[in-house]
Order: sequence, then structure tokens, then C-alpha cells
Amino acid sequence: MTMIKTRGLRKSFGDHVVLDGIDLDVAEGTIFALLGSNGAGKTTLIKILTTLLKQDGGKAIVNGFDVASKPAHVRQSLSLTGQSAAVDEMLTGRENLIMIARLRHVKQPRQVADELLTRFGLTDAANRRVSTYSGGMRRRLDLAMSLVGTPQILFLDEPTTGLDPEARIEMWKVVKELADGGRTVFLTTQYLEEAEQLADHIAILHEGTIIASGTLMELKKRFPPAQVEYVEKQPTLEEIFLAIIGKKEAQ
Amino acid sequence: MEMTQNQETIQNHFFSDLSVMLGRSMRHIFRSMDTIITVTIMPIAFMLLFVYVFGGAIQTGTANYVNYLLPGILLIAIASGISYTAYRLFTDVQRGIIERFRSMPIAPSTMLWGHVLTSLVSNAISVVVIILVALIIGFRSSAGILSWLAVVGILALFTLALTWVAVIAGLTAKSTDGAVAFSYPIIFLPFISSAFVPTRSMPPVVRAFAEHQPVTAIVETIRALLSGQPVSHDIWVALAWCVGILVVAYIFAMRAYKKRV
Repeated sequence: MTMIKTRGLRKSFGDHVVLDGIDLDVAEGTIFALLGSNGAGKTTLIKILTTLLKQDGGKAIVNGFDVASKPAHVRQSLSLTGQSAAVDEMLTGRENLIMIARLRHVKQPRQVADELLTRFGLTDAANRRVSTYSGGMRRRLDLAMSLVGTPQILFLDEPTTGLDPEARIEMWKVVKELADGGRTVFLTTQYLEEAEQLADHIAILHEGTIIASGTLMELKKRFPPAQVEYVEKQPTLEEIFLAIIGKKEAQ
Repeated sequence: MEMTQNQETIQNHFFSDLSVMLGRSMRHIFRSMDTIITVTIMPIAFMLLFVYVFGGAIQTGTANYVNYLLPGILLIAIASGISYTAYRLFTDVQRGIIERFRSMPIAPSTMLWGHVLTSLVSNAISVVVIILVALIIGFRSSAGILSWLAVVGILALFTLALTWVAVIAGLTAKSTDGAVAFSYPIIFLPFISSAFVPTRSMPPVVRAFAEHQPVTAIVETIRALLSGQPVSHDIWVALAWCVGILVVAYIFAMRAYKKRV
């Protein structure tokens, strides 16, 4: 089933055309990565798909519902994790999760909160105010809050921007688990590597249109065959960092 | 059909969603009691200053200057209290939590109502504290229970009206300073009214302004109620101002909320 479908989606701010006819199809249970540089319109597209912004033209269907005419249905199908961690700093981690659980009307808010705290390694910090959390912890809590009430589609707007390499790999692991569990994930990223690591399907947004779209293999095929060169492989700084701190190897 | 069903489920949840939102911002208040203290201390300082420093030189025609002064002091407290609503809303917008709420299946107005009701509660706390201090320095009232209820009603209406103005400021501000600065002129209004001195002592232009701005009508009404005097038509002028500001501010606040992304 197609969970997200757009046809000829358009959006301008004044004279500035941000989206100039976007066609997308995202299949259920897949990870879809939207690649693009800063200001390419990735966030605008996410805002339209999550009913925060109205398009100027074209159609967008999420979980079978038109975002323009049935926004309430669309909101019930999705959760949004925006670019800045949308957490309440004055509350504790547990209170944040219980708040969202009660707003999503789940049966046992406390139990749901505790499960997510365990899953995201936040149990020890559960009763501390979020203002004392590190950037990585905030991001994890942010994602945990998005998973309350098991929405079918997760929108992640640059989920790893500003995270250290360790936290980023941790985030990748969680996103993969989610898709393995049948959720559909729509994420935006500026990092090519992130799209390569995670995505079943990649689309590149440039100057308002999708200039390339397909699986990683399909995208690779469209470019000239790789030439074989012998280059001494230097470890990347990231690999060095990870080796030194003795944690998980980069995949 | 499906659509109406969905709207029903959302409306059924309005009050439980509202209680979650209210619980959230009440926690904010009780975890930052310094805001309530700040809001309470300035009006109390004004009250002491006017009673013990300027009061002796002010001819109000009433024997008890604390009685004369208190209504205006309460309005100043509320005017400065609502700026924290603007500040809290602005913080929500900055942190992006407002986007999370807006992308969730909850009635759009619950979040704003949560802030507004919280403002009512926190201002009520400040008002009670100030009245207690006023009692210590000599405030006495002969008002009966009905008059007191009327005073509570007018103060609540005034708080509601100003809080919705604060909501607009919080949603549209570009900076924290901007979110709070809108309240300065409102805090200043009581000084150009009959709150501290009778308007008849003012030059004609100032006097005309003072007698036709909302604070004078509200102050005169509350003063009459607290002193057990019959209320004049001022009460209708006061109510008209409050309801008028409330309706206009509510409409613009909801519009700003829907537009804010």
C-alpha cells in the first residue's frame, strides 16, 4: 500500500517558489529519505504532509486521506519529529511522555511512558527535568515522544543534525527497527551517508523539483560505471573516534 | 460520514486534552514561583510607595487612601502578570513543541486555552497576596459577598481579555523582549487614570484621555463595589471594554495560531 502520495505539489512564499510540482510515492513499511541541501524545501514538504502548512496546488494523500480536506484523519496517522527537539524543558522526561500519551488517549499512559524510557535508555534520567539533558538525550526523548500511540507514519525532519557520531548511529538503529516493525518512515537529511545507510528509497530535492528518485542501486546504475582505482584507505575521523572511545564499530 | 465521526471524537476529547494542557502550564508556574513573586512584588512596592510616600499629598476626598488605591494596584499586577503568558507561549513556539501539538489529533484551541486558564489561576494567586498585604496596611471593605463576587468577576474578565492580547504577542513576537514589551503600555495605563489620583486634578487633554480609557471605568467600578457604594454606569462601560477587548483579541489570537508555523 502507498502510505504517502503527492502529485504536482506546489508551494511558494511570495515570489519564491519552494516546491514546483512534487510527485512522490512512499510504500508502507519502508524508509524514504528526502535528500537536499539547506533551503531546498525539505521542511516545507514535511510541513505540508503533516498538515502544518497548506499547499498552493497539487495533491497530497497520507494514509489514504487528503491532507487538505481531511487534516484530522491525517494527524491521527502520523507523528512529527521536527528539527529542534520538541520537548518540554520544565517537565521531566517521564512527564513529557505521559503528557503525549494522555493527548493521544492511550490506555495506560504511565506504562507506555516507562516502556519508552527503557527502550531509549532514559530510565535513569526519567525523573530529571529535561533542561538538564544532553543534546543526544533530548533527541532520544523527542523520538520516544513521537512513538507514543504507535502512529503508522513517522516524519523525521533531519533527525541526526547536531548529534555526535555515537548518537547518530544509535538513531539509525532505532529508525531501522521501526521500519522492520512495519512503520513507514519519511526522513529528510543533508547527509548522503545517512540516506545510504537507512533508506529503501531515496529522492533528491533540488530547486523545487525531484531531480532523481529510486533505490540506492537504481540511483547508482544511472551514473557511469565505477572505475576501479587503487587508493590507500585512510580511516575516517569518525572511525578513529569510534575506535578510540571503544564503542560500537561503524557499520 | 467518516469526517463527522472524526470531529466528534476530537470534540469529546476537548476537556481531557484541555486538562492535560492546563496541568502542563500549571507545572511551569509552580516550578518557577519566582515569576509569581516578581509579578506580586512590583505592585506591592507601588502600593507602599503611594501610601507611605506620596499618599499624604494626594487629595482623593476619601479618608482611607489604601482603599482608594487598591483597585488600580490589582490592575497593574494583572497587566504585568499576563506578560508571562506571552513569554511562555513564545518559548513554546521557539522550542518547536507547538508544532508537535499542532501535528497531533487534538483540538487546535486546547493549547491556547491551557495557557489562558493558567494565567487566570496565577493572576488570582497574585491578587490574593496583594489583597492580604493591603489588609495589613489598613485596607478595609464593607462590601458584601455579592459585591466581592462582582469584583472577582470583573477582575477575571479583565485578566481573560488581557491574556488573549498576551497570546497574540507570544505567537507573533520575534524575540523574548518583544513578547514581553507589549505589556509595558498596559502596565502604564493605570497611572493615567483615576487609579492613583482623581482625574479632576489633571489638565484637560490628559483628563479627557484618563476618563475615556478602560482602566478608569474598571477602577471606579471596583472601588464602588469594595466601598459598598452604588455602582454607576461605569460598570457597563467597564464590561463593554473587557468583553470588546476579549472578543477582538480572541479572534486575532486564533488567527495568529493557525498562521504560525
